[in-house]
Amino acid sequence: MATIETSSPDRTARIAGTSAWALMLFRLRLWLSQSSPYLGFVGVASLLLAWYLLTEFFNVPRFNKLPGPVAVWREFTSRSPTFGISIYTPDYYMHIFWSIWRVLQAFFWATILGVPLGLFMGWKRTFRDYTFPVLEIVRPIPVLAWVPVAILIFAGIASREAPVIFLAFLATFFATVLNTMLGVESIDDVYFRAARCLGSKPRHIFFRIVLPGALPFIFTGLQIGVGVGWFSLVAAEMISGEYGLGFLIWDSYVLSQFPVIIIAMLTLGVVGYGFSAIIRIIGATLMRWADRSAI
Amino acid sequence: MTTVAASGAISIRNVSKIYDPGGANVLAVDNCTVDIAPGEFCVIVGPSGCGKTTLLNAIAGFHDITSGQIELDGKPICMPDFTAEPGADRIVVFQNGALFPWSTVLNNVTYGPVVQETSSSSEAKEKAQTLLAELGLSGIGDRYPNELSSGMRRRVEIARALINDPKVLLLDEPFRAMDALTKGVAQEFLLQAYDRVRKTVFFITHDLEEAIFLADRVLVMTTRPGRIKQTLHVDFGRPRNYKIRSSSQYLALKSQIFEAVREEAIRAFEAGERELA
Repeated sequence: MATIETSSPDRTARIAGTSAWALMLFRLRLWLSQSSPYLGFVGVASLLLAWYLLTEFFNVPRFNKLPGPVAVWREFTSRSPTFGISIYTPDYYMHIFWSIWRVLQAFFWATILGVPLGLFMGWKRTFRDYTFPVLEIVRPIPVLAWVPVAILIFAGIASREAPVIFLAFLATFFATVLNTMLGVESIDDVYFRAARCLGSKPRHIFFRIVLPGALPFIFTGLQIGVGVGWFSLVAAEMISGEYGLGFLIWDSYVLSQFPVIIIAMLTLGVVGYGFSAIIRIIGATLMRWADRSAI
Repeated sequence: MTTVAASGAISIRNVSKIYDPGGANVLAVDNCTVDIAPGEFCVIVGPSGCGKTTLLNAIAGFHDITSGQIELDGKPICMPDFTAEPGADRIVVFQNGALFPWSTVLNNVTYGPVVQETSSSSEAKEKAQTLLAELGLSGIGDRYPNELSSGMRRRVEIARALINDPKVLLLDEPFRAMDALTKGVAQEFLLQAYDRVRKTVFFITHDLEEAIFLADRVLVMTTRPGRIKQTLHVDFGRPRNYKIRSSSQYLALKSQIFEAVREEAIRAFEAGERELA
């Protein structure tokens, strides 16, 4: 009996009938068969090694005041940490919770207000002419310069949360508006013409052309936005706040609890990465149409 | 069987269009007069930049004209300072395709009836499935345009136009970017659809063979300023199939049109004209 050997089995055909779980395993194996995860691991390991050599091993001047990776790790995993913060203390999670909660509120308002504003600015020339100069003047002002204004605006409110959230909101908002507007401008005019030919009213143009057409840019904006949101939040928490990772960093500095600073910094890195990953995943799901090449 | 269209007469009277890019007046269309009968398949050929697309855009309602008047079934739709809103009575199929990439094939095709609220979404879907099947596109309703070949995308776009039962179809070099084989098949699908529902068709192309294969009448336009230089009647019966392409009558027509267009192409080439609008 003759058998036909193909050099590489048809990947798509093989995958077509399999379950989501098997597909995920397959993707994982595919990912692990590439060099990038290992190179990434080597990169992270080199950073840790350099840190260890500079601080704990060679004790290089200028770095010898910093805690080394071993000291930080010991503190981080200790059941009774010297400075009160480790994976076993509820305080650690309170700080994370408060920072996430503030970023979420800031992000929520920035999306609710920023996306429609950006859509209208990109869609309606006149509206854009009114608003764009204002945006361009206000946008470059660094968030830290807003601190006094934020405190003054929210002076009457008992909660100390409002100014902190406001500052994180500002940064996210500007990134969202600008990218959304650019997203609308990136839509080819032919789609607007086609939509008019097919009998669209303005609301159809808005919901069926402007919004979906700008979606890729909107998600880029949200991703950048949530990044700068974290950045501003930490700055704001250093100035006013009772909890939160930014507060923790500043407080530990004042109290000379150096390992805690490093713990909070690394936590910020991981949580921030998680946030943009979630937005990326949501974006990819909503925009199945944009990229069909990936299996 | 074929139905004779009762409406869809386009009358283009003494139409001129001057563009004014940066103060330099460019006469794109010069005193064009054409009458297209309801249900007629009218093809315009001419060199790049001769104002074919300008004429089509004026009929579609995308811009006004400098002088003259365009009427649809006796009603003015485009004049100096007046352009009727584009609408589903005269639908354009664009040069580079304009299927909404963010919508599935089915949602693209049902777009017109749904936004015009002429039929319920389920009715529209049923109608769309039938139309797609007629165009040889069964079972692709849930796919996105990016997943389709260019030939399939073109057919979907024609279905998206036909579902609205327009009076006029305006096709702006719809098969331009296709390879010869795909193009031939796409043309046959278009003719089949045309034989089923006799719409007035205003079709722009560079491709002389395509013009003869499809048209009842071929208008040759001069290089800018665009005027109607010559009119040729194509007397092949319908339905047509690819076999007419090798008949002697076809070849005679082709050489006749070729002579007319060649002169203009040379003039355009020497003038170094660029595509305008």
